[in-house]
Amino acid sequence: MANAELAGRIAELVAEHGTGERAAFLGARFDAGLAWVHFPEGHGGLGLPRTEQSAIEDEFARLGAPPTAQADNVIGYGMAAPTILEFGTDEQRQTLLRPIFTGEDIWCQLFSEPGAGSDLAAVATRAVRDGDYWIVSGQKVWTSFAHVAKWAILLARTNPDVPKHRGLTYFVADMNAPGVEVRPLRQLTGEAEFNEVFFTDVRIPDSARLGDEGNGWAVAQGTLMNERMAIGGAATRESGMVGVLAALWRERPELRRPALHERLMRLWVEAEAFRLSSERQRQQLLAGRPGPDGSGSKVTFAALQQGSTALELEVLGAEGLHHEDWSLRRPTESNWLAGGASHRYLRAKGNSIEGGTSEILLNVIAERVLGLPREPHSDSGLAWKDLPR
Amino acid sequence: MTTARRLVMTEDQEALRTAVRDLLTDHAPWASVLARTESDAPYDIALWGRLRELGVTSLLIPEEYGGSGGDARDLAVVCEQLGAFVAPVPFLGSAVVATAALVAVRSEPVAADLLGQLASGGLTAALAIPATTVPGADLSTTVRAADGKLTGTVTPVMDLDGADLIIVLALDEGEPALYAVQPDEVDSTLVLPITPLDLTRQLAALELAANPARLIVRGLPALAAVATAVATGAAMLAAEQVGLAQWSLDTTVAHLKDRHQFGRPIGSFQALKHRMAHVWRRIGLARAAAIAAADVLVTETDLDEIAMVIAVAASYCSETAVFAAEEMTQLHGGIGMTWEHPAHLYLGRAKADELILGAPDQHRARLAELVDLPPS
Repeated sequence: MANAELAGRIAELVAEHGTGERAAFLGARFDAGLAWVHFPEGHGGLGLPRTEQSAIEDEFARLGAPPTAQADNVIGYGMAAPTILEFGTDEQRQTLLRPIFTGEDIWCQLFSEPGAGSDLAAVATRAVRDGDYWIVSGQKVWTSFAHVAKWAILLARTNPDVPKHRGLTYFVADMNAPGVEVRPLRQLTGEAEFNEVFFTDVRIPDSARLGDEGNGWAVAQGTLMNERMAIGGAATRESGMVGVLAALWRERPELRRPALHERLMRLWVEAEAFRLSSERQRQQLLAGRPGPDGSGSKVTFAALQQGSTALELEVLGAEGLHHEDWSLRRPTESNWLAGGASHRYLRAKGNSIEGGTSEILLNVIAERVLGLPREPHSDSGLAWKDLPR
Repeated sequence: MTTARRLVMTEDQEALRTAVRDLLTDHAPWASVLARTESDAPYDIALWGRLRELGVTSLLIPEEYGGSGGDARDLAVVCEQLGAFVAPVPFLGSAVVATAALVAVRSEPVAADLLGQLASGGLTAALAIPATTVPGADLSTTVRAADGKLTGTVTPVMDLDGADLIIVLALDEGEPALYAVQPDEVDSTLVLPITPLDLTRQLAALELAANPARLIVRGLPALAAVATAVATGAAMLAAEQVGLAQWSLDTTVAHLKDRHQFGRPIGSFQALKHRMAHVWRRIGLARAAAIAAADVLVTETDLDEIAMVIAVAASYCSETAVFAAEEMTQLHGGIGMTWEHPAHLYLGRAKADELILGAPDQHRARLAELVDLPPS
């Protein structure tokens, strides 16, 4: 890698701890400031530009170091850690960040509710002040990792008498606290990646609040912003679902049909253009000139996943009629490749829903990038408790 | 499998973009482009002169031949702006396709001489191949050379009418060869203009009947030069299409903010916002693909890789430009159907652009061969 001094420290760390357990190695990485290098010193980083991260990960991988816990702790890495860094107290940073990186503490996100999906600011889970504690009751849904999580980031309503965006507060919640109940939510694939989470008079100390009372919406926006700022490495051609499809086409000539070929090539072209566009966004970010946000990328990704998985089934024909396993399973990491073609087709339907529906993201593009006016809203200015529902 | 391409503009390219954009804003407003379509001079010679003064008409020509010595990445920056203004100049035919053919054989004295004339004399040139020639396809010609004279027909040829120099692919005793036909040697009746769908790009048929011509090069280099010219043309057309699509989007978004119905700006209706967001999303992909296509022409040595990246850009950008122009026409409602609004200039150009230098399905068929995804 370009930075020789950094490369030296990485090599040293790998030589000293690289053969031990993953958690111990990752703990050493954190202590050396080589976890999230854009975090400040003492909090797992070195205060370097965020753009250095991918080179560092490449270097660790090149030396055969144990991988990060990113795949098991998606919410911890992508959402909780940057939010704690930005809005947390010193004590919260000291205690919470390290076990996120090591994977010892898995995190989940308690944002969405049955009545608050696209309209996230409408959350109804109530937190009522009781001395140094908050008493929290309500229902959250679509919660990945809740069944394995130790901690959650939680958005709850602390003031129902003001308009919806202003009465929210952001907390760190202990998933093992009395009154927290996690139930598997079975999906259309048969498995249960997600959960429903019920809070019944759960006591959360005020010291577990992230940011000011009533400022939860801003903290939540920060969480989502951070997620979009993540910079990955350069993707290779035919990585992802289109590669799976292309491999099938090459390996099984007897399945080829002309009309399917036309669709295959359209998907291939769009996937390659998407790869180039992602690479261009990455280069713009590295050059310190970030382009408009990643909302468009997520819409495109979902469309490509859905188009490719649907075509895979059609190419397979009779074999596409088979589903590997309808049993209720509890995957602990996201792996869209596992489970066969029918599983991929069904699971991809979630790509245009999770993390913001494509419809909402198109609104975001239209309003924030193109500057088109918002639709008239019937709820603006009304106190949350007076909203029509 | 692929090295990372440079997909962001340099500061020099940003400056070039601004210079071309400013020039076109001043000298190619759409009202004058529209008025010109029904005049006797469909191409704006004065505008061509200004582009020449800026040095952009000879970007592909190396400095030792009198050109401004840029590269295809710089050229793409110019083409994007020309597409955005649907500028009525023979840029694609002359400064891109014909020039690329001559540059490819510049070691031939005749080619070097002609490049010098193009660079310093401000001449325009046309490469006499059908405008629908597909990159990577086997090249053929019905023009025959005998005793330094050419006979045969080529149609439709872009930017032919008014060209000072015509480069012709001919068969000379069965061997391919490139010839140059100079203006004073061409009987004007041999260039037969075609009324074009795209009012901003001229097409004509070339009918040669024993016209005298200068031999440029014979054999495989002649075919290779034409192939390079077609590939370069397809890549630069992709950049034009990005510019056209972006203008269509910007214009439509402005209209949706301004136009009120039902007591609201129509841009506040979600059904229309989503359509605009999709156009924007596709342009982002198209722009990256077009930049990559220009980049491979400069940095890549693997011919299959060059062809592959260009095929991706050409097929995606063609369809994106048509999509953006059609959305513009629809979302302008009745206004978009009128002659007085420029939407039709963009629609006609977008649709015609889709058909030239390879249609999207032809690019994808070529791509399928290159990436080993056979149709059956």
